[in-house]
Amino acid sequence: MPQTDSAAEGARILTICNACRYCEGYCAVFPAMEHRRAFAGADLNFLANLCHNCAECYYACQYAPPHAFAVNVPRVLAEIRAQSYRQYAWSNGRYTAGVFALGAVLAFVFARSAGPRFYDVIPHAFMVAVFGTISGFVLAALAIGAIRSAKEFGVRWDTKALARAAADVLTLEYLRSGGAGCTYPTERHSGARRWFHHCTFYGFLLCFASTTVAALYHYGLGRLAPYPYTSLPVLLGTFGGVGLLVGPAGLYWLKRRRDPATADANQNSMDLTFLSLLFATSLTGLLLLVLRASSGMAPMLLIHLALVAALFATLPYGKFVHGIYRSLALLRYALEQRGGR
Amino acid sequence: MARHKVAAVLPEEPVRKECSTTELRYDLPRKGEGSLYQSDVVVIGGGNAALCAALSARESGASVTVLESAPQAFRGGNSRHTRNMRCMHPAPTDVLTDSYPEEEYFLDLMRVTSGDTNQQLARMLIRESPRAHAWMRTNGVRFQRALGGTLQLGRTNAFFLGGGKALLNAYYAAARARGIQVVYNAEVTGLCVPPREFVTGAVCVAGNATEFRAKAVVVASGGFESNFEWLQEAWGEAAQNFLVRGTPYNQGKLLRLLLESGARPVGDPKQCHAVAIDGRAPRYDGGIVTRLDCIPLGIVVNREGRRFYDEGEDLWPKRYAIWGRLVAQQPGQIAWAIIDSKVLGKFMPSVFPPVSGQTIGELAEALGLPRAALEHTVAGFNQSVTPGSFNPEALDDCGTTGLSPPKSHWAQRIDTPPFFGYPLRPGITFTYLGVEVNERAQVRLADGNYSPRILAAGEIMAGNILGKGYLAGLGMTIGTVFGRIAGLEAARAAN
Ligand SMILES: Cc1cc2nc3c(=O)[nH]c(=O)nc-3n(C[C@H](O)[C@H](O)[C@H](O)COP(=O)(O)OP(=O)(O)OC[C@H]3O[C@@H](n4cnc5c(N)ncnc54)[C@H](O)[C@@H]3O)c2cc1C
Ligand code: SF4
Ligand code: SF4
Repeated sequence: MPQTDSAAEGARILTICNACRYCEGYCAVFPAMEHRRAFAGADLNFLANLCHNCAECYYACQYAPPHAFAVNVPRVLAEIRAQSYRQYAWSNGRYTAGVFALGAVLAFVFARSAGPRFYDVIPHAFMVAVFGTISGFVLAALAIGAIRSAKEFGVRWDTKALARAAADVLTLEYLRSGGAGCTYPTERHSGARRWFHHCTFYGFLLCFASTTVAALYHYGLGRLAPYPYTSLPVLLGTFGGVGLLVGPAGLYWLKRRRDPATADANQNSMDLTFLSLLFATSLTGLLLLVLRASSGMAPMLLIHLALVAALFATLPYGKFVHGIYRSLALLRYALEQRGGR
Repeated sequence: MARHKVAAVLPEEPVRKECSTTELRYDLPRKGEGSLYQSDVVVIGGGNAALCAALSARESGASVTVLESAPQAFRGGNSRHTRNMRCMHPAPTDVLTDSYPEEEYFLDLMRVTSGDTNQQLARMLIRESPRAHAWMRTNGVRFQRALGGTLQLGRTNAFFLGGGKALLNAYYAAARARGIQVVYNAEVTGLCVPPREFVTGAVCVAGNATEFRAKAVVVASGGFESNFEWLQEAWGEAAQNFLVRGTPYNQGKLLRLLLESGARPVGDPKQCHAVAIDGRAPRYDGGIVTRLDCIPLGIVVNREGRRFYDEGEDLWPKRYAIWGRLVAQQPGQIAWAIIDSKVLGKFMPSVFPPVSGQTIGELAEALGLPRAALEHTVAGFNQSVTPGSFNPEALDDCGTTGLSPPKSHWAQRIDTPPFFGYPLRPGITFTYLGVEVNERAQVRLADGNYSPRILAAGEIMAGNILGKGYLAGLGMTIGTVFGRIAGLEAARAAN
């Protein structure tokens, strides 16, 4: 990582923290920090991706501004995290993502035709071709980022560490803060962020599961969409869709009330883009369900597919990647805790 | 205590003025009314003892106002720099390992104070400590799980999750939720205890002189460690080179007010708890990160380049607190710790990077020390080192022969470049002088009686228990236990 202002500031602040260590009980960042004496490059990126910006250590810090030491861990780690996203991303892909998203939208618009069923509007093979292409690209881009970060963090296979990290990720262990919840969006402890994140994450997974089951129906059973309201894909999609409405809306609402002192304002657009795409995708998906027997179906299908395409194509360049890097950082942390530096 | 006509009279209208003078006692404003801050109980101070007193008085049904001289961002006095408290416990708990029985606690206290303690108060403090701990939790304080604990104090001391500022945040939030009025930038400059049912006082709020009135007052305003003029009385010119590890707001105004009006003093008036901290620390509020733990791993020289004390006399936790005084006695109140590369990384990292040199001569130049003298000192030290097996965790057999002063343990040749140096200055933690109290936290006034309306808690009365010496984590235990008692007694007096 190039030595930037944020990196220099991060090293300065973590040197103070390492001499203090009062926050060692809050999260994984501090115990990981205590294994180190110098803070640059890979170590800084690793620590930054361990931080989930809960701000506990900011409110608790006797050196927080206006103290002359001006310690603000969440802000500087957020800046470094954003830099690490750029560093790990397959940079050329950024433009490709835009091209893919736009291309998909145009393709759907031109390919549409009239008819009462989904595949009358957009032929199934065409849909598969477009999403297949995007998925290939997205998977490649995400894999590149994952490999680069995994290399930098120095992760390796260790079943116990993997299990630990997976549990931390799936339960959002560190957002619990020992049961009290994060000091987010304000100094008061609250579990809101964790629950909204759960809605978002598991909503996303349910929608993904819905699509997967639908694909199985299609190819395995030869059953064509639309499926009945009580069918598995529709039920999964509906629950997931509701999660993806509540979660992102809640996270956005919290973000609006966020203490600006602890945030990196430059990331607002990235966060907002991802949250709005999730929300809009889910909203149009649910509307499609409601309207699928009406004349509104065709335009809604087009809008929905366009949004899905945009969401997918931009995954590797948006907030989504935090899930990958943070999971890998937690894996590295679990490895270190098991004594394998 | 009779009402005196001395000192300033409050202006009829609050006016903007610098109130830097200590007004001893004063007449009530002529109109006899118009107290801006009035409640059953007024608590003076905004640290741990003050907030415990405020919450406990409120619990007992009193209306409470807290007057804190610091602005909100720096509220909490020295308590904001703390990290743990000492707790008796018969069996392991979720935050304390093993057990720490009353008798052991008491003996530890007797040992560090050489018996200079009020044994009755000390016993009460120890017995109350587990209850205090439970009460803290009900008021939102969180503790770190037992385990690690950087200082290996996990058996005797409970660590606050996030440290003292997090603890104070919890207390201030609880105070707000319970309707306690907190006034920041409110420095109390006068106190008047007429022989009737009110205590009144002068308070300067953001530069405006005004008044408060209460049925009882808890004084929890700390010691005088931030007051250089006062420190100079005890230490002479040397005091100007001291650094204050904690808040700049503990000016000792209330302590002086009480003592000058005849309250009985306790604790050694000429002593302060001082450690050797990094000389590059800010004058105030540098806190924990400025400490340096490398002294037993190297040598310490004064500005003449000469050693002056046995750096390896005993285990560091037992010796760190004498080095403030040792450095204060050196010319210019400055010294330098010198180590080599072998031991870098073997002590807690410190906040300022060491000054380095490839040779001892180079290091001397970089530190501004006389080159020949330092080379001579290091060479002499290296020659007298006796071989042994180095073990920083125990009193090892690495000493010196024929060296004066000797280095009794952890003596290793300083021979592996690069060499490093850290400047050292005396860093004051707190002062010992305080006011005498009884087990109800009532202050003993000139007439020898304990006042039911003037209560004291925290550092300002810590001298009752710590006449001298120090036991890690005792300051917060004293503040919590006596803060709670003072609050309860104040509410009682108000009733
Ligand atoms: C760096 C450092 C680390 C420490 N670590 C520990 C530790 O881990 N454990 C431990 O037990 N002890 C520790 N101590 C000692 C501990 O800080 C004190 O014993 C304890 O905080 C005293 O609490 P207190 O409430 O009496 O005083 P303080 O917390 O100092 O509060 C005094 C308050 O009074 C206010 N005040 C002063 N004058 C006036 C006035 N005229 N009018 C209105 N308000 C006024 C101040 O602004 C302040 O808010 C440490 C001290 C330092 C400096
Ligand atoms: S954030 Fe502040 S209190 Fe916490 S470890 Fe760092 S310096 Fe210490
Ligand atoms: S903001 Fe939260 S997660 Fe990040 S370092 Fe501080 S306490 Fe840890």
